Amino acid sequence: MKKLMMALTIAASFAVAGPALAADKLKIGFIYIGPPGDFGWTYQHDQGRKQLEKELGDKVETTFLENVPEGADAERSIERLARAGNKLIFTTSFGYMDATVKVAQKFPDVKFEHATGYKTAENVSVYNSRFYEGRYVQGVIAAKMSKTGVAGYIGSFPIPEVVQGINSFILGAQTVNPNFKIKVIWANSWFDPAKEADAAKALIDQGVDIITQHTDSTAAMQVAAERKIKAFGQASDMIKFGPETQMTSIVDNWGPYYIERAKAVLDGTWKSHNVFEGMKEGLVVMAPYTNMPDDVKKLAEETQAKITSGELKPFTGPIKRQDGSEWLKAGETADDKTILSMNFYVAGVDDKLPK
Amino acid sequence: MTMFEAILLTVATAATPLLIAALGELVVERSGVLNLGVEGMMVMGAVTGFAVAQYTGSAWLGMFAAILAGAAFSLLFGFLTLTLITNQVATGLALTLLGLGASAMIGESFVGLPGVRMDSLYIQGLTDIPYVGKVLFGQDPIFYISILLTIGVAWFLFRTRAGLTLRAVGDNHTSAHALGVPVVRIRYLAVIFGGACAGLAGAQLSLVYVPQWVENMTSGRGWIALALVVFASWRPWRILAGAYLFGAVTIGQLHAQALGIGVPSQFMSSLPYLATIIVLVLISRNKRLTLMNTPTSLGKPFVPDR
Repeated sequence: MKKLMMALTIAASFAVAGPALAADKLKIGFIYIGPPGDFGWTYQHDQGRKQLEKELGDKVETTFLENVPEGADAERSIERLARAGNKLIFTTSFGYMDATVKVAQKFPDVKFEHATGYKTAENVSVYNSRFYEGRYVQGVIAAKMSKTGVAGYIGSFPIPEVVQGINSFILGAQTVNPNFKIKVIWANSWFDPAKEADAAKALIDQGVDIITQHTDSTAAMQVAAERKIKAFGQASDMIKFGPETQMTSIVDNWGPYYIERAKAVLDGTWKSHNVFEGMKEGLVVMAPYTNMPDDVKKLAEETQAKITSGELKPFTGPIKRQDGSEWLKAGETADDKTILSMNFYVAGVDDKLPK
Repeated sequence: MTMFEAILLTVATAATPLLIAALGELVVERSGVLNLGVEGMMVMGAVTGFAVAQYTGSAWLGMFAAILAGAAFSLLFGFLTLTLITNQVATGLALTLLGLGASAMIGESFVGLPGVRMDSLYIQGLTDIPYVGKVLFGQDPIFYISILLTIGVAWFLFRTRAGLTLRAVGDNHTSAHALGVPVVRIRYLAVIFGGACAGLAGAQLSLVYVPQWVENMTSGRGWIALALVVFASWRPWRILAGAYLFGAVTIGQLHAQALGIGVPSQFMSSLPYLATIIVLVLISRNKRLTLMNTPTSLGKPFVPDR
């Protein structure tokens, strides 16, 4: 499929025969880490792309390359899109960071938007979502709902985006139960349904009674449903895979951002920036709170409202690091730079962070 | 259910698709054909199995459809490599790419739908035996099929005349042809068997392992199966050992991580590959025996002279 898409992209670049024809239409390219059919991370980016097409109609033309590995292939794929005449390119995974910056140097008139990274340039923007805000709410719910006091967390790779989530989750949980524990398993993959299912089974066999994940498929939700425990969805609303299991899910809502940025290119106001948006801006949406008693639901809604209004910031001291040293003093709030490069656990996480 | 039992069950589920796909490929390679399209046939089986189970509500019908889909897909490979004599390596790779693409297209409307799960066996009394009951008498049907398949393939290859003929074709197709053995027909049958097995392995993924359809859900398991065949030096029981070892280390490393033993997870994730390669290389270290088991005509095209 990937090869076919690439062939089509190359063919398209010849077919257009010069920029004159393409001038009135803004060509926008997307690089996906997984398949749009993963029903998770890539699915949501693709939903955003579809919203963009719907909103701007004839003014834009979008292409995407799927299943692009983070590595040498990424650079080649991004360059292909740039050569094919795309003037705005979204690279939608952390691991595309260096490749994006590299290609951007070669194509100064193309605008690049890299998701979840931290390196910007004249023509490279970074956009990121404060998923960890949703994780905090999940932590609160987990601590209320768990009988064993231990939740299982399936991680993909030990990168800041995922570590933020783990820390935020435990901090949320500690507000309810200071002794709350989480067990972490790293799948070392964003997308391997069978392995994610195995990880969920291993966690449940070791006594966790809540599953949360930062990997992209719905497999873990299904295992949790089968074993009759509760779980949180990831990236999209996974309620269909666990009607009696999912308590909520962090839904990535990229559409509005994609539309805003495409419009900016169209009217010439596009500027490189580094945005980090969350519940307030509508980038992080929580799926309906289900499968929990009313009082827990109320607490979750209150927590969400406080985060949305800015009254509550998950990374506010006093917070200790895992090794016991002080990270944030009482009342001190972590700045975005620290959050975006987070590479340590806070106290209470029962795992050693792989480096 | 004890922890030990739970782990055994998980290991069996993880090993079964590898075992089935590798057994199929074993027969193909023993006949002298190298089909690198296992991943593609497997993913076609997975999507067909899911789709048919979804429409009919029957996981069994889904499983049979997956077997047929894998076989039909392998027939394409057979026609290209055996009749048109295309390059086997290139054709096999193309088959994988085609399978991944075609399955994504077929499966588009099934994304996000919970699937039909194949029920596990339950025999009153036997399944309830402590410790071993669930492992021996309470698993999904495809697990039992995979064990029977191992016995069947081992018996067929080394205890029957037809198996001997198939191995002869794989070792020296020219001599076999001179003796009047229908080389191409035998290879066709072997290729179809391999496709059917890959299809069944795919069905195990989408009906038992994770009852859902997502693109690329095989995630490289077809390639692991291919590697198992070689590292097991083309012996069925070693494939079984290799598949279970791979499954056991995969699950073991997940448990070790959950226990928080503090070994880097990247190392843990590569452990199944390392362990399987090391063990299988060790048991195949007798060079003469290994050479004897390697199908000499593997991957070589055969054009019958009239």
